[in-house]
Amino acid sequence: MTATAERKKAPWPVQFYRSAVGKKWVMAVTGILLIGFVVAHMIGNWKIFLPDVDGVPDIDIYAHALRELFVPFIPEHVTLWIMRTGLIVAFLFHIHAAYALTLMNRQARTEDYRGPRTYVAANYASRTMRWSGVIFLLFVLFHLADLTWGAQPMAPDAWVRGEVYANFVATFNRPAVTAFYVTAMVALGFHLYHGIWSMFQSLGINHPKINNWRRYLATGLSALIVVGNAIMPLAVLFGFVE
Amino acid sequence: MNITLQVWRQKAPTSPGKFVTYQMGGVSEEMSFLEMLDLLNERLIGDSEEPVEFDHDCREGICGSCGVMIDGQAHGPELGTATCQLHMRKFNDGATITVEPWRATGFPLIKDLVVDRSSFDRIVEHGGFISVDTGSAPDANLTPVPKEVADTAFDAAACIGCGACVAACPNGAANLFTAAKINHLSLLPQGQAERWTRVEGMVDTMEQYFGSCTNHGECEKACPKLISIDFIAMMNADYVKAKLKNRRLAGRHG
Amino acid sequence: MTFQLDAKVPAGSIEEKWENHKFSVKLVNPSNKRKFKIIIVGTGLAGASAASTLGELGYEVEAFTFHDSPRRAHSIAAQGGINAAKNYRNDGDSVYRLFYDTVKGGDYRSREANVYRLADVSLNIIDQAAAQGVPFAREYGGLLDNRSFGGAQVSRTFYARGQTGQQLLLGAYQALMRQVEKRNVKLHTRSEMLDVVVKDGRAVGIVVRNLVTGAITRHSAHAVVLATGGYANAYYLSTNAMASNVTAAWRAHRKGAGFANPCFTQIHPTCIPASDEFQSKLTLMSESLRNDGRIWVPKRADDKRPANQIPEEDRDYYLERIYPAFGNLVPRDVASRVAKRMVDSGKGVGPLQNGVYLDFNQAIEREGQDTIEERYSNLFEMYERITDENPYEIPMRIYPAPHYTMGGLWVDYNLMTTIPGLYSIGEANFSDHGANRLGASALMQGLADGYFVLPYTIGDYLSGYLNTPPVPTDDPAFDEAAATVADNVRRFLDTNGSRSVDWFHKELGKIIFDYCGMARNESGLQKALSDIPALHEEYRNDVRVLGGEDTLNQSLEKAQRVDDFFELSQAMCRDALNREESCGGHFREEHQSEEGEAIRDDENFSNVSVWEWTGDPASPQLNVEPLEFENVALTTRSYK
Ligand SMILES: Cc1cc2nc3c(=O)[nH]c(=O)nc-3n(C[C@H](O)[C@H](O)[C@H](O)COP(=O)(O)OP(=O)(O)OC[C@H]3O[C@@H](n4cnc5c(N)ncnc54)[C@H](O)[C@@H]3O)c2cc1C
Ligand code: HEM
Ligand code: HEM
Ligand code: SF4
Ligand code: F3S
Ligand code: FES
Repeated sequence: MTATAERKKAPWPVQFYRSAVGKKWVMAVTGILLIGFVVAHMIGNWKIFLPDVDGVPDIDIYAHALRELFVPFIPEHVTLWIMRTGLIVAFLFHIHAAYALTLMNRQARTEDYRGPRTYVAANYASRTMRWSGVIFLLFVLFHLADLTWGAQPMAPDAWVRGEVYANFVATFNRPAVTAFYVTAMVALGFHLYHGIWSMFQSLGINHPKINNWRRYLATGLSALIVVGNAIMPLAVLFGFVE
Repeated sequence: MNITLQVWRQKAPTSPGKFVTYQMGGVSEEMSFLEMLDLLNERLIGDSEEPVEFDHDCREGICGSCGVMIDGQAHGPELGTATCQLHMRKFNDGATITVEPWRATGFPLIKDLVVDRSSFDRIVEHGGFISVDTGSAPDANLTPVPKEVADTAFDAAACIGCGACVAACPNGAANLFTAAKINHLSLLPQGQAERWTRVEGMVDTMEQYFGSCTNHGECEKACPKLISIDFIAMMNADYVKAKLKNRRLAGRHG
Repeated sequence: MTFQLDAKVPAGSIEEKWENHKFSVKLVNPSNKRKFKIIIVGTGLAGASAASTLGELGYEVEAFTFHDSPRRAHSIAAQGGINAAKNYRNDGDSVYRLFYDTVKGGDYRSREANVYRLADVSLNIIDQAAAQGVPFAREYGGLLDNRSFGGAQVSRTFYARGQTGQQLLLGAYQALMRQVEKRNVKLHTRSEMLDVVVKDGRAVGIVVRNLVTGAITRHSAHAVVLATGGYANAYYLSTNAMASNVTAAWRAHRKGAGFANPCFTQIHPTCIPASDEFQSKLTLMSESLRNDGRIWVPKRADDKRPANQIPEEDRDYYLERIYPAFGNLVPRDVASRVAKRMVDSGKGVGPLQNGVYLDFNQAIEREGQDTIEERYSNLFEMYERITDENPYEIPMRIYPAPHYTMGGLWVDYNLMTTIPGLYSIGEANFSDHGANRLGASALMQGLADGYFVLPYTIGDYLSGYLNTPPVPTDDPAFDEAAATVADNVRRFLDTNGSRSVDWFHKELGKIIFDYCGMARNESGLQKALSDIPALHEEYRNDVRVLGGEDTLNQSLEKAQRVDDFFELSQAMCRDALNREESCGGHFREEHQSEEGEAIRDDENFSNVSVWEWTGDPASPQLNVEPLEFENVALTTRSYK
């Protein structure tokens, strides 16, 4: 029975996801969602640089607003949870696909080359996607424990739910934490340096007119995300924000 | 020139293999890489040692038989050049050259530097053609093909099926080979009728033998015909469409 | 016994013969087709096209190739193009003109009826290939482009960049793989046919060696088709792929198939000269280069200056001088011979003084570098990659090299050899090219045979064996054949001599290139005929083949092939000696005008010489098939 016939037994979205091409497509789409979140999240977080609004830190207002999004039409927290769920699903698919493809590629070369390889096109970023990804996963877990759940010892002793600004300053006054955040952002930068270029291929977006822009976009956007994120912890550590 | 060769020797698929070092004197700059291996074999036979087995035939870079890893690069250091067209003048006198077979689960090793690439034939079997029985063809000029299209289709059709893309790919993926064949046919008007079944059949078969593409782009640089990875993107797009298309309307959309 | 050579040419006017024949041949009805098993050896253009077509028709087909995939066949290397009398250019081409040109180009040594049929079906080939997705060159309007090739007066050559053979073969290969997937064709790769099994005078199967495991297997069928290519590799240095060989055809010959015109070999004038003694093969530079390049040598033999420092007055544009009318575009055989004369007279150029110049400087001045790049860049790059010289600045060096063999297994109008049930198609048969093949006609012939001729004619024979099952493979005939094959394999492993197979092959090549190459004469051929058997004897006692028989062992494969080349090359020389005339690729120095032009002898040699194996390579039996020319008047080729 042909490979296609074999796959045809499942409903088409499943068939599609079973194929490696399909998984890469899903990775690209979830990748875009994740990028979208990271960018939005970063812009939101930049509010820590803004002055207080009659005594309340601007970012606290924003965090509060997030929870009340679309109230009264939709009850409190619901919109936020919808977004969170979407985010979590995207993460899970992205990670599962990454895991499945990694296995597939291992099996595709059980006997590896004995001599040293000379790579011409494959760069450091593209060959470390898995690792930059995993480092990043660890970061996210730590990050949630730190700032969202306030779980010790990740969170600062002074952590208080809702006091985003205070928590923020508290956490990044710990040099180790800031260092970890910055490293994580660099890992993310590598991940996106290849990822953003790569996703066009995976989605099959290919046109002579845009092809050479893919590289610039990938470099530019990943640089923006690294810098834009990293300045916040650093700003705190070096006392520009307190 | 004098060179030191490290060649992978392996008697059988199962038996363990190892690098064997040979000192090669009297190598001429004019020699092709394979003629250098011929010379090695002549000398080995002279010393009653079994010659090194390697695949080759046309020695013009067109049949796709030849191909070995040379210093960690498929087909060696020269861009867009098959092993048989690589000449010794590309190496420095006194160099040490490491020669290994293609390594991929889809290319089981047969002996020394020879691997079995018949998995490529399996991929072509499952859609790599236009179904037109002999005699049923209309006059060739009834179907005009825009020159640009014909040229692009040719760029894909230039693939010689050597397997260097798989050998070079860090994931052992055959996406460049498969994409080349698919696009050669699916770009042409003659290939439209089977466009969607073709991409499904060939991609699904490919994935039974090879790894997945994470867009390293290494294949393109190893390809003796410099086939572009743009074709991989085009194949991905078609594969997605193939899953979504209402086949009953397929004729109406490009 | 000597054979009765019945060409089975149908009655009727030349235009009607094929039509009449197609009507008169017995048909096999569709439901019966699957009861017939056909073995096809070789999956080049001829083999792959035949296998796929017979599979489509519903026959049970088994295809064999020693390559690891059908796509590797030597056909892949063809560059220039394929002829067809489409007359898309409206320049006065027609089936009749293609027929006429081919007969004339072949120097009137081919069978009219076959050639006409070839020209006739050439039209369908292009349609078939285009429908398969062969990306032929096109014009901006989207219609097919043509070029004039090999000095033809009309533009009838279809091409796909410099890789026409590759694209046509991929088309046939794809059609074949489609049938393999449908289980209509069973494909055996890395499987070399080493003998034909003959029982009660008909071919009933083959014996095959698996090149990976060494296993020797038997396969029986109702008919066997050999599409195993040409034998130019007998010369060791040729433009053919390294593995091209005569073994299949020769073993069939030893089993009783007549071998026709072995001395008709084609030496291609524009190849890159050998660079050193390690040269393993020669690379062809497409003939089209002669449209713009000017061929010359220094006037004085002792002139050792670099090409660009030799002023016009010291250059000898010898082709333009000797043949004012055709100049650099004289046919292949003529161009080759004169080049050899120049080099032999000490005027050869290059480090080894083994070439002549092909100069593009004037063309570049006249048309501009871009135009020339446009036309030949891929060839120029290939040349530079091989020689490390830039042909835009330094003139190319070229020299003739063995390229194609018009001779081969004798076949009748149905493409059946003298062994009933054994067919031969493509370059392997003595083809439709007479004594010299025109450029771009071999691809045409291979595909004509495979797609459009054999599928009709084979039914005529098969229909006689309806409901007779293939001979069982434990039949004594199979035992005997399998045993000989096994002995042969062992013999070479047991010889334990001192010299490699290649060494002997090189020596053999030198002998036949010198004495049975571009120009031949009695004393030379006599010498060759005494040297070759001696060398063969030495070969059998002193060749060293290492390794085992049960694994991949390329020297063992070569050993068999070279052994057959030894016997074939004697047939070539004997045939050349026997043919007391000069025609096409066969030039006997005794038979030339004072200007060195070939002189044909239509009185005595307007025929095909068909050699019959007698058990002793030194004394084969000669049979002749006389050739009648009812449509084309015999004239002397003149290119002055
Ligand atoms: C460099 C070059 C350029 C050329 N350019 C042109 C051109 O421009 N135009 C043109 O018309 N012609 C050209 N020719 C000639 C043309 O390419 C060949 O004549 C033609 O392709 C022969 O095709 P074929 O199918 O008969 O044999 P091949 O393509 O040689 O196929 C032989 C097949 O038989 C198989 N085989 C052989 N022996 C055995 C065995 N014992 N057991 C199992 N399998 C076996 C091989 O594996 C192979 O599959 C060119 C030839 C050369 C060398
Ligand atoms: C959480 C852990 C993560 C892991 C383990 C991971 C892993 C991977 C892997 C293995 C790939 C495939 C490599 C490739 O296709 O080139 C990939 C691609 C990608 N990742 Fe991630 N990643 C993770 C998180 C993220 C995040 C948070 C983002 C975005 C902010 C992201 C964006 C992308 C993009 C855009 C691609 C390219 C998709 C494609 O090429 O189709 N990844 N990821
Ligand atoms: C250094 C850069 C970053 C800073 C300073 C930062 C800061 C914060 C802060 C202050 C919160 C708490 C909001 C709250 O209290 O509800 C938060 C939540 C969060 N951050 Fe970040 N963040 C950074 C980078 C990232 C990145 C790159 C990701 C990538 C996925 C990320 C994912 C999240 C998530 C998922 C939450 C929880 C949101 C929610 O409550 O649903 N953060 N971040
Ligand atoms: S795509 Fe290039 S590298 Fe891959 S098989 Fe074809 S020619 Fe070889
Ligand atoms: S190298 Fe491999 S990852 Fe894709 S782009 Fe080429 S197949
Ligand atoms: S030997 Fe044919 S491509 Fe190298």
